[in-house]
Amino acid sequence: MAELTYRDAVARGIAQEMRRDERVVMIGEDVAGAGGVFKTTVGLLDEFGPKRVIDTPISEQAILGAAMGAAMTGLRPVAEIMFSDFFAVCWDIVVNEIAKTRYMTNGQITIPLVIKTGNGGGLRFGAQHSQAIENWAMAVPGLKVVTPSTPRDVVGLMAAAVRSDDPVLFFEHKGLYSMKGEVPDGEIIDELGTAVVRRAGTDATILSLGLTVGRALDAAGQLAERGIQAEVIDVRSLVPLDTRTILGSLAKTGRLFTVEENPRLLGWGAEIASIAAEECFWDLDGPIQRITTPHIPLPSADSLEDLVLPSADVVATAVEKALQS
Amino acid sequence: MRLPLSEHGYGTHQVVLPPSDQTRHDNDEIPLQKRLDLYRSLQEMRQFEKRAYDLFMRQLVKGTSHLSLGMEAISAGFGAAMRADDLTFATYRGHAHTLARGVPMTPVLAELLGRSNGLMAGKGGSMHLTSVEHGVLGSYAIIGAHLTIANGAAWSAQYRGSGQVTVCFFGDGTTNIGAFHEALNYAAVYKLPVVFVCENNLYMEYTSIADITAVAHPAADRAAAYGLQSQIIDGNDADEVYGTATAAIERARRGEGPSLVEALTYRHGGHSRADPGKYRPSAEVEAWKQYDPIPVYRGRLLRLGVDEADLDVIDKEVAAAVDLATQEAIAGDLPDPASAFTDLWADGGSSWRN
Ligand SMILES: Cc1ncc(C[n+]2csc(CCOP(=O)(O)OP(=O)(O)O)c2C)c(N)n1
Repeated sequence: MAELTYRDAVARGIAQEMRRDERVVMIGEDVAGAGGVFKTTVGLLDEFGPKRVIDTPISEQAILGAAMGAAMTGLRPVAEIMFSDFFAVCWDIVVNEIAKTRYMTNGQITIPLVIKTGNGGGLRFGAQHSQAIENWAMAVPGLKVVTPSTPRDVVGLMAAAVRSDDPVLFFEHKGLYSMKGEVPDGEIIDELGTAVVRRAGTDATILSLGLTVGRALDAAGQLAERGIQAEVIDVRSLVPLDTRTILGSLAKTGRLFTVEENPRLLGWGAEIASIAAEECFWDLDGPIQRITTPHIPLPSADSLEDLVLPSADVVATAVEKALQS
Repeated sequence: MRLPLSEHGYGTHQVVLPPSDQTRHDNDEIPLQKRLDLYRSLQEMRQFEKRAYDLFMRQLVKGTSHLSLGMEAISAGFGAAMRADDLTFATYRGHAHTLARGVPMTPVLAELLGRSNGLMAGKGGSMHLTSVEHGVLGSYAIIGAHLTIANGAAWSAQYRGSGQVTVCFFGDGTTNIGAFHEALNYAAVYKLPVVFVCENNLYMEYTSIADITAVAHPAADRAAAYGLQSQIIDGNDADEVYGTATAAIERARRGEGPSLVEALTYRHGGHSRADPGKYRPSAEVEAWKQYDPIPVYRGRLLRLGVDEADLDVIDKEVAAAVDLATQEAIAGDLPDPASAFTDLWADGGSSWRN
């Protein structure tokens, strides 16, 4: 068992798969010589050489087009989009080409492709480098969407993403890159579409993802001091979605809270809340609550960003208030 | 040849015509059988698309369709020059490119008709023809995107050492979108085995390319800036295309990197559906129709001593094949409703939750 940072775990996960399968190749801006702008690909060039780890021009459409074309014809590329905000520049390739081609060709073309990216806020980068955009991707049929919250999960989910025959958008949380955690030795492989219960509880279910997992856990700690046992679920994968775990927890606790970084309108929590309302209404002991950022771009100053990203205090207060009413 | 058209409503547009010398390829070293195959290929594309148009007018082909009537020499010439395992990337105007790779007419026509015996069993349609088996890696309906994807297929061939070359077709209008510029630089940087083919039919949709483009040759003038070798050719002469294609593909196969061909051509009809193409000066349309690739090629074959009757036989055989394909396509069942929910994912299904 080794203690690794989340950022080192990214390289470890990719390396694990590159060692196993020659078809796995890595491309992106600054990913080779520099080891990635967030240092998530350090060591790959040294181990696998310039044929398999390639620095690209700043051409997001060309990067993802090349990754798609290679995936269609026998390789299993991992492509990096530096900041998830830049998906806006190549969204056509993601949505119209990568996501739809298998369906439109009636299964003739398979696209085993991972697009990894630095996602989310908390680093004071301002509105154009801080968005959480996994809900954009979730809305598109044909894309798998995962967001690990621990170094161990980074490795296991990266392996699952690379081995998936479908295109996977792999959202690394920028705010977690320096987080440390235990990662077992040897090969780790998770299954896409599996949520994990991070803390068991009986009074409320709190759904979280990426950065908000730690905040939800902190909130649950505060709540426990006040006699409320909250169950914290790390959703991990939005598509496919583990509704079994989520709705199973709701059936036990009767209360559902979602904690997400997305702006208020149409975050992933809205979709899960709607599923819960449709399918488990009679399990609910009170209204579902979504804890989100307001419907604004993220501000840059520490004090302002902290104000709008859901904090542990905000989560704890919301849950406590709801349970008291 | 360029004739100024002072009365043209869209500005200082000029009639652009290919060189009038139609005999200059008569003595090219092309085996006669290859030339007869090229002629048959031109006929297949022409007659197939005329049938597609009829079926569209009878409202049997739904949605939209983009014909390449008048532009067949480019598909035919490249098709004849490609190796069976080479890869084609086409646009929504991709019927001819698909046939050129040996895809049978029936599944193509059935796809246009939305039948279960269609190439994609009705899930793709006219604008998304794909036959992996024939190296047709798709037609793409978003302008420019597929140039970047073609790079990826070329990269993969290079990585795997397969010796395959990727040929990517697109229109003149495509040269003004960002993906074109990203793709050319990217291909040149990694010396990818890809041939970019601009079918310059002088119009994007309803607007003359000359009116909205800062350079005279929208693809070729820009290729050099990205380090690609390029050439402008007469896209209505199948032999000129065939020769150019052979050289460009061989060059890519030798590992000498990407190149670009700008083939001048003209569509006889409008952009899509029943668009009559009225935005084009009639003198221009007439002038180009005089330079229709099929009579041009037929004339060459006759000069080379082929019997007119032998060519008529080819025409009739193709007509019979189109009739048969029409019958078979129309006889196809409608797609199984369950198929709407298959093949989103590699496991064959479309489920997004457990
Ligand atoms: C990104 C994008 N913008 C606009 C369109 C609409 N559109 C379809 S075809 C076309 C004209 C393309 O012209 P050109 O590249 O010259 O190809 P041609 O149709 O002449 O073969 C346009 C604007 C589109 N499909 N995709």
